[in-house]
Amino acid sequence: MNQLLHVSSSPHIKDKVTTSSIMLDVIIALLPATFFGIYQFKINAFLIIITTVITCVLAEYIYEYFMKKTITIKDLSAVVTGLILALNLPATVPLWIPVIGGVFAIIVVKQLYGGLGQNFMNPALAARCFLLISFTGRMTNFIFDGLTSPTPLVILKNGQSYELLKMFLGTTAGTIGETSALALLVGAGYLLIKGIIKLTIPLTYLITFSIFTILFSPCSFDFYYLACELCGGGLIFGAFFMATDYVTSPMDRKGQIVYGIILGILTGLFRFFGTSSEGVSYAIIISNLLVPLIDKITLKGGVF
Amino acid sequence: MEIMHLKSFIGGIHPKDQKHYTKDLPIIKLNASDEVVFLLKQHIGAPCKPLVKIKDEVKIGQKIACEEGFVSSPIISSVSGTVKAIEERMDVSGKMQQAIVINNDGLYQTVEKEESHYESLSYEDKIEKIKEAGIVGLGGAGFPTHVKLSVKDINKVHYFIVNGAECEPYLTSDYRLMLEKTDELIDGIHVILDMFPKAICYIAIEDNKKEAISLLEEKCKDEDKIEVKALKTKYPQGGERMLIKVLTGKMLNSKMLPIDVGCIVDNVATTIAVNQAVRYNQPLLSKVMTISGEGIKPCNVEVPLGTSFQFIVDQLGGFKGEIQKLICGGPMMGSALMSLDIPVTKTSSSILAMSQDEVSLYEPSACIRCGRCLDVCPSLLKPQMLYQIALKNDTEAFIENQGMDCIECGCCSYACPAKRNMTQAFKKMKYLVSINKRK
Repeated sequence: MNQLLHVSSSPHIKDKVTTSSIMLDVIIALLPATFFGIYQFKINAFLIIITTVITCVLAEYIYEYFMKKTITIKDLSAVVTGLILALNLPATVPLWIPVIGGVFAIIVVKQLYGGLGQNFMNPALAARCFLLISFTGRMTNFIFDGLTSPTPLVILKNGQSYELLKMFLGTTAGTIGETSALALLVGAGYLLIKGIIKLTIPLTYLITFSIFTILFSPCSFDFYYLACELCGGGLIFGAFFMATDYVTSPMDRKGQIVYGIILGILTGLFRFFGTSSEGVSYAIIISNLLVPLIDKITLKGGVF
Repeated sequence: MEIMHLKSFIGGIHPKDQKHYTKDLPIIKLNASDEVVFLLKQHIGAPCKPLVKIKDEVKIGQKIACEEGFVSSPIISSVSGTVKAIEERMDVSGKMQQAIVINNDGLYQTVEKEESHYESLSYEDKIEKIKEAGIVGLGGAGFPTHVKLSVKDINKVHYFIVNGAECEPYLTSDYRLMLEKTDELIDGIHVILDMFPKAICYIAIEDNKKEAISLLEEKCKDEDKIEVKALKTKYPQGGERMLIKVLTGKMLNSKMLPIDVGCIVDNVATTIAVNQAVRYNQPLLSKVMTISGEGIKPCNVEVPLGTSFQFIVDQLGGFKGEIQKLICGGPMMGSALMSLDIPVTKTSSSILAMSQDEVSLYEPSACIRCGRCLDVCPSLLKPQMLYQIALKNDTEAFIENQGMDCIECGCCSYACPAKRNMTQAFKKMKYLVSINKRK
């Protein structure tokens, strides 16, 4: 035997799952919602999605290139950020908005804090909130069937009712990816089956929100209204795809339950007591800030 | 659903078991090499001191090294011949340590054995016989078996657990022993049950070894104190603490021994060795090993202790193609070999020849906080956080966060999608803590 042997500490085998395979699974899970968004909002949606994803990947590449860091675009995390951000935008925005959003998400929220795994807020959501505050008019301009129309949640907030089936299928006004609860649930099912996410956070989130709605919403104990609230806005999208973001959610099961409860309460507060009809994005980024505290308490020692 | 009723523990992983290479191949006996090397430390405890000098003649079964202390185990020659040297040789981890080198004369002369009168042996006699036979935990830990079996109050032992889980991928030596030496295994169980009047025996086997389970169930159907327990196939099911948790519901930490919860755990090969020692005065002379991996002819072999790894490989026709990594022990907890110039010891369990080193395919990257390490840790630790502590070499925080309860099973490193080498860091921390203690 003449060649050198590899020597390393055990274990000598590794699971096939890698960071990029996880990110790829998330992208696959977002495809139903993405395709539905493109089907519904046509070429505009398609252009926004492409622009956001390319901006995010390029921003990551350029930043890492000039900072002389390892180029990490192959891990696909920037693609996921771009896709989630695009799905959170209305199809009416001009293309410079996704560019600003993508750069903000990757450079300010992710890279300045140390890159993947170090960001304390979900980059896509932080960028969406940044855009919402900076360009409120453009970010809340929804067009459906060629007409400017309010989202179902705005209609609900004004005291009118809305057709639940339409909300479930997604044939309503809204951001590109949030309208169809069905398409999002298909993707969520894929993530659950693949073991990428667990039910802990979405379930505690949705249950807490439901209880809050039953008790404190304008139409308490109206279960048709509750179902509309659950299907409406970014709740399903947020609960399964954004609240479950590994980096910005607690790692321990107990912490995840606490996190889900906080999310549910905050979303309820924002939706029913705030001025806006929507509250999922704000609820998630505020809860993101609590994660280090939750982890500090729950990530301790073993069982003895 | 039968599977649902199988007992298991929290955490763990499901690597490919890779046992198909060797599980149907009967154990074949190999000869000893011309030069046989006995390392003076093949067990947990103090190293032995040589009892022979250079040029001394030795026979099979002769004690050639021992240590006065109780926590130690004598070294016994597996061949006859002359002592060639007492010098430093490499062990499995690559460290050099003192060893007795014997020139095998090929005559295989044996020392005269007394006959054992099993029925008239006292508890102390049996312990002495097990000690003199040089038996240690053959699963890999190498804890002297007579020490494990010496308890203050024999009535406090409620469970004797035979560890036939063999949860490491590739390894099949215990499985083959269960099939081929079934009666000796059961006799060995009786030897130990006779020592502890209140004990019952569980034979713990993972359910991917169906033949062994049914064979042992058949043989034990009239035994009222022996029960075969099928366990879910999951790594590290064969870990001592996991077995005890699964079979008795009791949790152990690093400060406790199995005996604290009334348990004694021995693996299959050790139990068979105990039978040989107590009933027939036969010391431990050989080791059953699994030879596997895509780079070598797969087989199960019984090798005399002290034989060099190189000699085993040569007898099997050498390697097939390029070998990137050689492992002794399972792929989860075994050691990567630097050279084949090392001898078989009591704790050598396999030679795995890998044509591809999986670990080198990946570069560790940033932690994405996915929590997989928390999910798989069978000791219920928080590896993600412990790893950050380990990077800072903060031994105090490591102890505070129960890092010493890490059993080094490798599950966290295996499951990590960022391919971070957490287990390695924890081994380092445990080592640092042990050094600090000694100071």
